[in-house]
Amino acid sequence: MKRSRPSLARPTITALTLALTTFALGAGEATAETQVRVAMTAADIPDWTGAPDQGYEGFRFAGFTIYDSLVNWDLSSSEKAADITPGLAESWEIDPADHKRWIFKLRQGVKFHDGCDWNADAALWNFARIKDDKAPQHNVRHQTMQGWTISNVESMAKIDDYTISLTTKIVDSLIAYQLAGYFQISPCAMQAVNNNYDEFAKKPSGTGPYKFDKVVPRERLELVKNAEYWNPKRVPKHDRLVLLPMPEATTRAAALLAGQVDFVEAPSPDTIPRLKDAGMNIVLVPYPHNWDYQVRVDMPPFDDVRVRRAANYAINRAEMVEMLQGIAMEGYAKFIPSQTYYGNPVKYEYDPEKASALLEEAGCKPCQVTIAISTSGSGQMQPLPMNELVKEQLEAVGFEVQLDPIDWNALLGVYFGGAKAFPQYHGVNVSLSSIEPVQAIMKNSMTRYQPPNGLNWGFFSDPETDALGEAALNEFDAEKRLALIQKMHERLVDQAYEIFIAHDLNPRALSPKLKGFVQAQSWFQDLTPIEVVE
Amino acid sequence: MWLYVARRLFLTIPIGLGVTIICFALVYLAPGDPIQSLLPPDASEADKIAIKKAYGLDEPIPVQYVVWLGKALIGDLGKSIQTNRPVIDEVMRAFGNTITIAVISVVLAMGIALVLGIIAAIKVGSWADRLSTAIAVLGISVPTFWLGVVLVIVFSVNLGWLPATGMGEGGSEDFSFLEWESLQYAILPIIAMTLTPLGILMRTTRSTLAEILGQDFIQTLRAKGLSEWQIIVHAIWNGAPQILAMLGLQLGYLVGGSILVETIFTWPGTGFVLNTAILTRDIPLLQGTILVLAMAFVLINLIVDLLQTLVDPRIKRT
Repeated sequence: MKRSRPSLARPTITALTLALTTFALGAGEATAETQVRVAMTAADIPDWTGAPDQGYEGFRFAGFTIYDSLVNWDLSSSEKAADITPGLAESWEIDPADHKRWIFKLRQGVKFHDGCDWNADAALWNFARIKDDKAPQHNVRHQTMQGWTISNVESMAKIDDYTISLTTKIVDSLIAYQLAGYFQISPCAMQAVNNNYDEFAKKPSGTGPYKFDKVVPRERLELVKNAEYWNPKRVPKHDRLVLLPMPEATTRAAALLAGQVDFVEAPSPDTIPRLKDAGMNIVLVPYPHNWDYQVRVDMPPFDDVRVRRAANYAINRAEMVEMLQGIAMEGYAKFIPSQTYYGNPVKYEYDPEKASALLEEAGCKPCQVTIAISTSGSGQMQPLPMNELVKEQLEAVGFEVQLDPIDWNALLGVYFGGAKAFPQYHGVNVSLSSIEPVQAIMKNSMTRYQPPNGLNWGFFSDPETDALGEAALNEFDAEKRLALIQKMHERLVDQAYEIFIAHDLNPRALSPKLKGFVQAQSWFQDLTPIEVVE
Repeated sequence: MWLYVARRLFLTIPIGLGVTIICFALVYLAPGDPIQSLLPPDASEADKIAIKKAYGLDEPIPVQYVVWLGKALIGDLGKSIQTNRPVIDEVMRAFGNTITIAVISVVLAMGIALVLGIIAAIKVGSWADRLSTAIAVLGISVPTFWLGVVLVIVFSVNLGWLPATGMGEGGSEDFSFLEWESLQYAILPIIAMTLTPLGILMRTTRSTLAEILGQDFIQTLRAKGLSEWQIIVHAIWNGAPQILAMLGLQLGYLVGGSILVETIFTWPGTGFVLNTAILTRDIPLLQGTILVLAMAFVLINLIVDLLQTLVDPRIKRT
């Protein structure tokens, strides 16, 4: 009997100790949850169901976080411009017998967040979601927002469980670049809600490094770490990612200074010194962004290459960078120098005398031009003071510039509509990305992409450019293709098909407690390496 | 009285119609297209046509309006073009967020304005009057966006007393005025929103009371031996209809949401929603928000009218 008391007490104490330990551990885990709070420039949460809107910011925060594409972007370095890397496809190759047919080997052992298998059937299901308007999972919004990534894909077929073929409409050796952003969503999750996208939005499922946790529309999107992510190098080093729309730059800076957020997109130049003083890390890295003028070349005065070159020589880019307090770099070409496609283009160094002489030679002095500009907008930086400076510089050499400020939406209308629909304009100032060759230079310079077939706003048409573009699209040897793209870029710069002015340096401000962020030379960023150090 | 209320409520129908027709026409008169800011630059013509059809934007504008109106009459305000979420959910959430700070701001403004206005009216020309008038002028003149930024810099950034932005860790869904964790987020937006109505109401109160206090019946009341305090109560009661009218207008304006204040503080109210809807030409969201706000404005003014009758039976509402 005497021994019974301790024998009863021991398990009780053990249980109590265990319970307390468990509680303590649990409490420890709860308080130890690390989170990264990001202030986005968007005014609303980008679509999080696999068809992000709000430009590349949507792709950055609500696309590549929850979802993967067949092809992903390698965002691990800030030393060189980002390039593509295998994603849900491990490899791809062209069919030697048919240059419109690509074979994609899919990654095995990958599961969506809801446990659904990623395989060829899932790939085909996702293709129908965008392309087949009779499929139950088809969604017009997804078709519109994602369709451009597979616009050149005619059909997709299953070869085996982990191999598919893609047939393109035209031969396109660069198709993989466009697929980087074609997000794969879980067929099981969608079928579980009878293909109702509103319901899917309550519990979306992808394969990405973050899982959806909760959302308050217009206020916050919360994602949590996907510890089982297929790429162990990209399992997030923090537990939670909170995305907050904060369109006002001053508010974003104040929120960072007040400790309400940890990571701020695009702080305005005037807030950067204050943020630096407070110990925040300001990250500036070149990326494929262009702040330039697209000009109309099918009518005077920009139909004359001398006038286009004069405009390029007139730009004092150093002065522009100084005005922007160093958050931009001088822009002399479409690609940034760290992109392999850059080549060795002619450089229009600031030379007002030469610019003036070219205008004299072209017989266009004063050379009257009207440029449509926006008052704000995605990637437009600070359009009003920047355009005023450009106007001043152009007028100093003999141009007579009229700026027509319209709101961003209206400017997009002018840009999408093509120059002929807006005869009052000789140019537009729409900032564009130059991530990959098709989008960066082909679709805005080749004759076949003149509106309404593409974004060649100014109706640029040059047989040499067209020939180089076609040759590059038909070349499957990577080195030879690169040489062709470089030549095409050099040709376009030589022809001054745009007025090159500046490249944004993608400023971001980070709390000193965030470590490990590597800002890629890209519009997209990988937030997974960020550690929170209190 | 009830007939009057019914008639006023009935009048909301033509007001709502008028407001939405003007709004619809203005959106289309302005350059730009609702789907332009939604579409990626490389969207094909087929994709553009598909999305236009999905939102009914391929129909002639009058047809679009009639279709929208037909649905609105049965409570369906459609879906936002930008977010694809039901407009009614978007508007009501934003309206709820705005109305709380708007009501508090107006009540606060009215309270302070009454005190300052009375003091100024009693002591016209005194330092107290000059000080009150200065506060009123300040309230009317200081731009709210500037005040908002200054409040954030002083109280959030430099002193670290109050949060700079948002509605708290859980957002509007977990917000409660009864908990300090939430309430602290509302303080700076409320101060920024209070200042303008404070200035206007203070000026109205002062001028109304000063005028009444100079009238003959006030002398009569003094001759009858009423105390100064009783006389002031009489004056307030007499001036209440004018002050109430101004109060209703100010509340109406604030319910529409202060675009600037809500953007600075990222307060997800009607101003914030309207701003986005205008910039993106999100017609269903714009129409829905304006319709709800117009109805709210009419209702607030109806309530004010009825209150005026209560405080002054000479104003008959028949």
